[in-house]
Amino acid sequence: MCLAVPLKLIEIHGNDAIGDAMGVQRKIRVDFIPEPKIGDYVIVHAGFAIERLPEQQALEDLESWGELDEALR
Amino acid sequence: MKPSAEQLLAAIRGLPLPKVRLMEVCGTHTMAIAEAGIRSLLPENVKLLSGPGCPVCVTPAEVIDAVLTLAMEKNLILASYGDMIRVPGSIPGDSLQRRRALGADVRVCYSPMDALDIAEANPAKEVVFLGVGFETTAPGTAAAVLSAAERGLSNFSVWSMLKTVEPALRALMAMDGFNVQGFLCPGHVATILGEEGFRFLPQDYGMPAVISGFEPEDILLAVYKLLRQIADGAPKVENEYTRAVRPEGNPLAKAVMAKCFTPRRDLWRGLGEIPQSGLGLREELAAFDAEKKFGVEIPGPAKTACRCGEVITGRMDPTGCPLFGSRCTPEDPVGPCMVSSEGACAAWYKYSDQ
Amino acid sequence: MDDIITLDYGSGGKKTARLIENSIVPALSNPALNALTDGAILGDLVFSTDSFVVDPIFFPGGDIGELAVCGTVNDVSVCGAVPQYLSCSFIIEEGLPLADLERVIASMKSACEKAGVQIVTGDTKVVERGRGDKLYINTAGIGKLKYPGLSPAKIREGDAVLVSGTVGDHGTAVMLARSGMMQTELKSDCAPLNRLCAAILDTGAAVRVLRDPTRGGVATTLNEFVEGTVLGIELTEGAIPVRPAVKAACGMLGLEPLYCANEGKLLAVVAPEDAESVLAAMRSLPEGENAAQIGVVTAAAPGKVLMKTALGGRRVLQKLAGAQLPRIC
Repeated sequence: MCLAVPLKLIEIHGNDAIGDAMGVQRKIRVDFIPEPKIGDYVIVHAGFAIERLPEQQALEDLESWGELDEALR
Repeated sequence: MKPSAEQLLAAIRGLPLPKVRLMEVCGTHTMAIAEAGIRSLLPENVKLLSGPGCPVCVTPAEVIDAVLTLAMEKNLILASYGDMIRVPGSIPGDSLQRRRALGADVRVCYSPMDALDIAEANPAKEVVFLGVGFETTAPGTAAAVLSAAERGLSNFSVWSMLKTVEPALRALMAMDGFNVQGFLCPGHVATILGEEGFRFLPQDYGMPAVISGFEPEDILLAVYKLLRQIADGAPKVENEYTRAVRPEGNPLAKAVMAKCFTPRRDLWRGLGEIPQSGLGLREELAAFDAEKKFGVEIPGPAKTACRCGEVITGRMDPTGCPLFGSRCTPEDPVGPCMVSSEGACAAWYKYSDQ
Repeated sequence: MDDIITLDYGSGGKKTARLIENSIVPALSNPALNALTDGAILGDLVFSTDSFVVDPIFFPGGDIGELAVCGTVNDVSVCGAVPQYLSCSFIIEEGLPLADLERVIASMKSACEKAGVQIVTGDTKVVERGRGDKLYINTAGIGKLKYPGLSPAKIREGDAVLVSGTVGDHGTAVMLARSGMMQTELKSDCAPLNRLCAAILDTGAAVRVLRDPTRGGVATTLNEFVEGTVLGIELTEGAIPVRPAVKAACGMLGLEPLYCANEGKLLAVVAPEDAESVLAAMRSLPEGENAAQIGVVTAAAPGKVLMKTALGGRRVLQKLAGAQLPRIC
């Protein structure tokens, strides 16, 4: 049921924030993340961050995209 | 280091087990399994079933009929996730998409907060947000309702069709002919509920349970862990998705959910009426409750030849339904399992090799 | 069949095909139309038309004007013709800023120059506010048939399936613009393909068929190649070039790159021994720099497009059923 993607927080204004993945950015809410910080990776479902990801893991998930990125440059 | 898919498959094949039926209860798992072709890789003794995990698929046709009626109200904007747009009510082909073509104002949202923005931009109109989903989606829906209350948006309301997983799984396991030896538990529901949300499975039913992520390797690892539990005869909750699931879940999200919603009886396709299985808006938020605001009435159970109910309870493969692939296809769906791309029938139709 | 037209009938997928096959072709039947190619082949002329309705009319990497020129140029080119003359019809919603219209016309001019074609006739109509969405454009184009005989019927077992670059760029860029999400990475791939088509066909390779996978995406076009035949196509998941930003955006919106529209990409089916020379020809031009072989034609799955997944599993890729909708699940 619940499609969710890892995004990196690049802006935070109270409970509103901007999350980024590979340069694609969307407005999200961070109501459920205690003390969100810029640079945190969060997992986002339907516009809400539902959990903070350990950075190592978030990067691992993104790794395959990054490899492709290199190949296309 | 994560084990590779080959290693995992070899480990799965290496377990000497009789026929085993495992069930996932998450549409995103259904999709991921189909997309990676996992069924074609598992040994024959392991069967993966798709349970009642797609919020669209568990919504009965008569509820959709009531939604379609509401959509035609004058001066009303119906805001919904894209998932609901093509779901037919009791008449095949009659969907929000069709109603939109007939003049209804139906908007697709990515987040419940989008619906709030629509309400703010259209003060002369009523905006109803269709709140479908399970515990993953419920906290955001709750935050949107609380935010509407804060912003004093009196033209915004939510029709909550939100459901909870535990009562449905209990109802499922109480059904005659229920034949499943382990659950692949939904990773993002567990993000909210925590490992503790699935403890009832081994404790009350002796049922193996593994919380799984959504990469193909996650799913293979979860399948392996389930088989291992079955082979060892030691049912418990295991968490394969530790990167996003804590033992206690997300307390902030749970608190917001509890502030807005209260459990109530709900109707499920295939499972019927289940007590305490839905989330209704709390009395003090009645002004934002679309069902109360518009006096919504659910018609009696719709009659249909669609066998979605049996499919999502694991009693029938999609191909067992007489409508599958003939009268019911993704472009002309009869039942919701064929509409939602994560529906068991659509995933089967789209990706299966037969 | 439904009794009214819904958006699904404009998706370029199965419902569009059904509308054409059930309601349009039987009524207007003639040999050139019945072939249902991208353009009608009339002796040594190719004639094609296309209408453009896109929201928003300006999007990252292009606008409706550039799209209107490239779309028709490409439809003529993939038939093996050299596009020469275009017609252009504007349907304008009352209230459109003149500056917007002029900006669209300027980009049509530059697209025409890039493609080496001229707009030689046209029409304008204005409809009441609310009766249209800013601007609709229809173009038609004719060209001289230079490389006759391209057809899906020429496809043979063992043939190579090639794509000229990354998949899903246009559809994703437009979807993102419509969703209000911000992004800096992604642009529509909107481009004229006549130069690329000529480069491929001038190699003298055994090219069976060329097609630009617009609405419905790569998955739908490949299905059109093999449906109802004794041959199928097997794709290799890892070989399909997809930009990381497209993948990320599709992940966020719940879409699939293989079903997203492209406006500057070619699919080519060629004899296996010619795959390398055709790829080299594609890569020699900027519009083909990320060209890759993505699959092979196989007799093992008649009429179907199969995907060999990164995990080693197999799944069927159907045609797009209806309009792609963003989902949360």
